[in-house]
Amino acid sequence: MLNISDIMQTVSMIDHQHLDIRTITLGISLYDCADSDITKCARKIHDKVCRKAEHLVETGEQIEREYGIPIINKRISVTPVAQAAASCESEDYSVIGQALDSAAKECGVNFIGGFSALVHKGFTNSDRRLIASIPETLSSTELVCSSVNVATTKAGINMDAVALMGRIIKQTAYRTASQEGLGCAKLVVFANAVEDNPFMAGAFHGAGEPECVINVGVSGPGVVWRALQEVKGESFDVVAETVKRTAFRITRMGQIVANAASERLGVPFGIVDLSLAPTPAKGDSVARILEAMGLETCGTHGTTAALALLNDAVKKGGVMASGHVGGLSGAFIPVSEDEGMIAAVKAGVLNIEKLEAMTCVCSVGLDMIAVPGDTSAETISAIIADEAAIGVINNKTTAVRIIPAPGKKVGDSVEFGGLLGNAPVMSVNGAGSEEFIARGGRIPAPIHSLRN
Amino acid sequence: MKAIMTVSAQDRVGIIADVCTLLSDLGVNILDLNQTVMEGIFTMTLLVDTATSSHTFDEIRDAVIRKGEAGNLVIHIQREDIFTAMHRV
Repeated sequence: MLNISDIMQTVSMIDHQHLDIRTITLGISLYDCADSDITKCARKIHDKVCRKAEHLVETGEQIEREYGIPIINKRISVTPVAQAAASCESEDYSVIGQALDSAAKECGVNFIGGFSALVHKGFTNSDRRLIASIPETLSSTELVCSSVNVATTKAGINMDAVALMGRIIKQTAYRTASQEGLGCAKLVVFANAVEDNPFMAGAFHGAGEPECVINVGVSGPGVVWRALQEVKGESFDVVAETVKRTAFRITRMGQIVANAASERLGVPFGIVDLSLAPTPAKGDSVARILEAMGLETCGTHGTTAALALLNDAVKKGGVMASGHVGGLSGAFIPVSEDEGMIAAVKAGVLNIEKLEAMTCVCSVGLDMIAVPGDTSAETISAIIADEAAIGVINNKTTAVRIIPAPGKKVGDSVEFGGLLGNAPVMSVNGAGSEEFIARGGRIPAPIHSLRN
Repeated sequence: MKAIMTVSAQDRVGIIADVCTLLSDLGVNILDLNQTVMEGIFTMTLLVDTATSSHTFDEIRDAVIRKGEAGNLVIHIQREDIFTAMHRV
């Protein structure tokens, strides 16, 4: 038998250090749901999702009981609706959003992602209709998540889409003003979006994916933080090694749960996403890991280097523990969902400029950031453009999930509740970017996109 | 199914007896057992086989958890593979 201290270590990780599986996400293709009549298309989508995901939640719960490991979320991602609904003769796609919402509720999942469009090189008619339907969809549904990919390293940045998304974010905030702009917490603007991301709000089931697939996202900032308490004062070589070992263990657990889910649901296993995903709970924070490396508060000088080390070591440790690694894989830094990040913003140490720098070295972008309600659409677009540029030039995924909280100003707080947490409203640069955003067109792909 | 059961509690007389009687009543076979007392805390890990029992895994799990709550013991029972996966390359 395994030795007693290894066993007790695992039990303690689960009991006291918030080790869990963050999500099992079932990807479902909607290509066979096309219909020129949008009502019929919506019904086909609803029925297919319910049929394929019928046993997802109960299977997840059974795995939880047998392995003794919490699986926090069971979720569904679908083919980008702009592609699945392209043949519908209708301007308003919110009907499909509502069909997804009702299917998600019937299946008992807590989010469904894929109200999405990929417009990095340009818009199809369907893409335009989908994007125009985002504010209505996010204000009339609870569980639907939306994402739009506006840039890739291969195609450059679609600045028309960047400009449009600034306006769509503002409209979505306005339409969900009674919930402090909650709709924007379910809307991600991507550069280099991945097709197999299991995490919300940015999950969709990409064009290269099979009919159905199981992707698993692990978690475990608390476990990494705990491990770093044991190596106080040691060199970075030791820190990196400690993070790698811990990431290996976390990922092995993700892999075993992924295998079990795939086998029991009769759905192929896709990937394990090696991400450190924080929650607002104390002891489950990425910011606190960076502070455990010796920073007084997350956001001070040294934060970017600490995050770079963490992100790299998580990947190195995790990659050998899983058969297939994919998704976003890295450390997440969503402000409202991370207790340490919230504290750092409130202390005035972490600002939007430092967060932007941090996104150069981690797996996501400016995530779950509340800004004043009077922030202009052009400023939001310019923030998206900056993030997209970081992603495009560095060959990585970046994203913006920003909430211009209606009626709020710097120093206020926005309460979303649950996993979405509590966002302190952060200041943005007051100088305008209107003429820059008004240009439109495309920022060409960088020279290193020409790899062939 | 092979599972690992862990028991921790303030040390007292009869913990092993209580746990083993319960397992015997449930028809669960004990394959291996390790026990130690660390700083007054009783810690025991058992490798058990649930295949010999007429009860389902969920029933066994509920029974041991109930027993734990009644006797001030922290008891977990989990499939063995999760531990091997995490601690063996």
